[in-house]
Amino acid sequence: MRRSTTESRALQVMLIGIALVFLAFFLLLPLIAVFGEALKAGIGPFLDAVSAPDALSAIKLTLLIAAISVPLNLVFGVVASWAITKFQFPGKSILISLIDLPFSVSPVVSGLMFVLLFGANGWFGPWLAEHDLKIIFAVPGIVLATVFITFPFVARELIPLMMEQGKDEEEAAISLGASGWQTFRHVTLPNIRWGLLYGVLLCNARAMGEFGAVSVVSGHIRGETNTMPLHVEILYNEYDFVGAFAVASLLAGLALVTLVAKTVLEWRFNLHGSASH
Amino acid sequence: MHKSRAVLALALGLAIALPGCSGGGEGKSGAVQITNVSYDPTRELYEAINPAFAAYWKKKTGKDVTFRMSHGGSGKQSRAIIDGLDADVATLALAYDIDAIADKAKLLPADWQTALPDNSSPYTSTIVFLVRKGNPKGIRDWADLVKPGVEVITPNPKTSGGARWNFLAAWAYGRKAGGSDQAAETYVRNLFTHVPVLDSGARGATTTFVERGIGDVLIAWENEALLAEKKLGAGKFQIVAPSISILAEPPVAVVAKNAAKHHTEEVSKAYLEYLYTPEAQVAIARNFYRPSDPKISAQFKSTFPDIPMVTIDKDFGGWRAAQKTFFDDGGVFDRISTKK
Repeated sequence: MRRSTTESRALQVMLIGIALVFLAFFLLLPLIAVFGEALKAGIGPFLDAVSAPDALSAIKLTLLIAAISVPLNLVFGVVASWAITKFQFPGKSILISLIDLPFSVSPVVSGLMFVLLFGANGWFGPWLAEHDLKIIFAVPGIVLATVFITFPFVARELIPLMMEQGKDEEEAAISLGASGWQTFRHVTLPNIRWGLLYGVLLCNARAMGEFGAVSVVSGHIRGETNTMPLHVEILYNEYDFVGAFAVASLLAGLALVTLVAKTVLEWRFNLHGSASH
Repeated sequence: MHKSRAVLALALGLAIALPGCSGGGEGKSGAVQITNVSYDPTRELYEAINPAFAAYWKKKTGKDVTFRMSHGGSGKQSRAIIDGLDADVATLALAYDIDAIADKAKLLPADWQTALPDNSSPYTSTIVFLVRKGNPKGIRDWADLVKPGVEVITPNPKTSGGARWNFLAAWAYGRKAGGSDQAAETYVRNLFTHVPVLDSGARGATTTFVERGIGDVLIAWENEALLAEKKLGAGKFQIVAPSISILAEPPVAVVAKNAAKHHTEEVSKAYLEYLYTPEAQVAIARNFYRPSDPKISAQFKSTFPDIPMVTIDKDFGGWRAAQKTFFDDGGVFDRISTKK
C-alpha cells in the first residue's frame, strides 16, 4: 500500500475476499484432495505405492528426461536470446515467433509430429529401422517430445530481460579488451542469472509434468517408457487410487518446491533492481 | 561467478553424456525378452500368466524369459504397433485391431487368426449389465434399458473396442426381438438416447459408473463387471445377465515380422500356445475371463452363467464387415447418433 487508493475499504475487502475464495476453491482444495487421497490409507500404502518397481522406474525416467532436456534447453535458451538481443540479422522476428511455437501448438500435435517423422511409416522410419535405431516408443522419443515442449521457457524468460538491458555493458567490456567468453561470464551472466534460473525452474517443472506429447510417443511399456504423469493415469485407470494419488502427490510436491524456489528467486530478482516483466 | 559456470559445465556435461546411455537395453545376459502389447483390462491377467510361463519355459528349455508389457485402449495400441511399437505379440480386444496391423503394416499374415485354436482366442468374454445393489430400476433384459428414466453407461464405439461389442450385442437383441435389421436399428437408436456420457474407453465408462455414480446400468465386458462386483465395490453392485449377448473373442497373435527381427519367434509362439494349457486356463478364469477349454470352463460354472450368444463371424460376417457397416465413418453408428 504505497499510496492510498480511491476505492472504499469495503470494495477492497470484497475483491480480496473473492480472490482468496477463488484461490481456495481452484488451487488449494484440489491440492489438499491430492495429498488427502494419497495418505487416505495411511503412510504404509503410500510408501508401498511410491516404491513399487513400476513407480520407481517412472520416477527415474522422469528425472532422466528432465536431466537431459533442461540442460539442452538452458544452452539453447541462452544462445538464442543472446543472438536475438545482441545481434542484428535477417529473419530475427521469424526466429522469435518460432521459439514460441511449442506454446501455441497442442501437445498432442507435438507428439504426433514426432510419430510422423520417426514412426515406422514416418519420413525417417525406414532408415531408422534399417539401422536398428529406436526413437518413437523409446526414451529418445520422450526426450525429443519433452525438449520440444519445453523449448521456449528459458529463451522467453531471457529475451525481454536482455533486451531491456541492451548491449552497452558488453560493448564496453569488448572495447576494454575482454574476449567473448570473458564478456559472457563476467558481464552478461551476472545480469541474467536470476532470470535464467527462473526459466530453468519453469522448464524443469514442465519437463517433469508433461503428459500429452509424451503420452503419444511413449508406447506405455511398463517399467520402461512410462513417466510419472503417465504412470499416474495408468494407476488411476487400474482403480489403484491410493497409488495414483501417491505418485501424483510426488509431482504436486515437486510443483510446490518449484513454486517456493520461484518465489524466492523473484524476490531476490526484484531486490537486485532489475525490472521484472 | 564460479557457481554459475560450474552449473553450466555440469549441464553441458549431462546433455552430452546422458543420451549416450539411454539407448539400447536389450539382450542382457542372454535372456529372451517378449514385448506383449495388450489392451487395458488384461493387466492382472498377464501379471498372473507371465511368471508362470517364465517358469514353464525355464523348465522346458533352460532359458530365461522376461516381459515388457504395454496396456492401453485396443485401437490405440493397434495404431502404436503400426507406427513402430515393437510388439512381439499383440493381445488385443478384437480381431479387427489385429487385422489393421496385418492390413496396414503387413507385420503378420492376413490369415493370422487361423494360427491358433478357437479363432486365436484363448479366452473369451461376453457383454453383461452391471446395476446398483438391489437393482432399483428392475433391469432384467435389454428391453428394460430403454424404459423412461433409465440411464445407460456405455463407451464410444468409435474409440472403444468394448463399446463395439456392446453395440453389436444390443443389435443382436434388437434383431431377435423385432425380427429385422430395421427393428434392430430402431432399438439401438432408442438405446443411445438413454446414454448421458460416452466415455472413450471401457475403463473410463466403468469409472464413470462405479466411482462417479452416474447412470443406472453399465453395459460392460463380463470380466470388467465381475472385477467391479467382486473387487471394487464389493456389495455395491450386481450383475444381470441378459437374454442374449455376444461372444467377445479377444484374440492373440505373434507379430511375425517383429518377432523375426528380435529372434523371438519360437518363444513368442510358445507363450501364446501356453495360454491354452489347463494351468493358464485356470488363471484366465480366476481373472474373470471365460476359459476356452470346456473342462476348465465347467469348473467355474458358477462364475460364468450360460447366456445365449451370437458370434461376430456367424451373425455379423466377421469384424472387417461389421466394422465397415457399423463403425466406419458414414456407418450405422454415425447415422443413429446424428439423427435423433
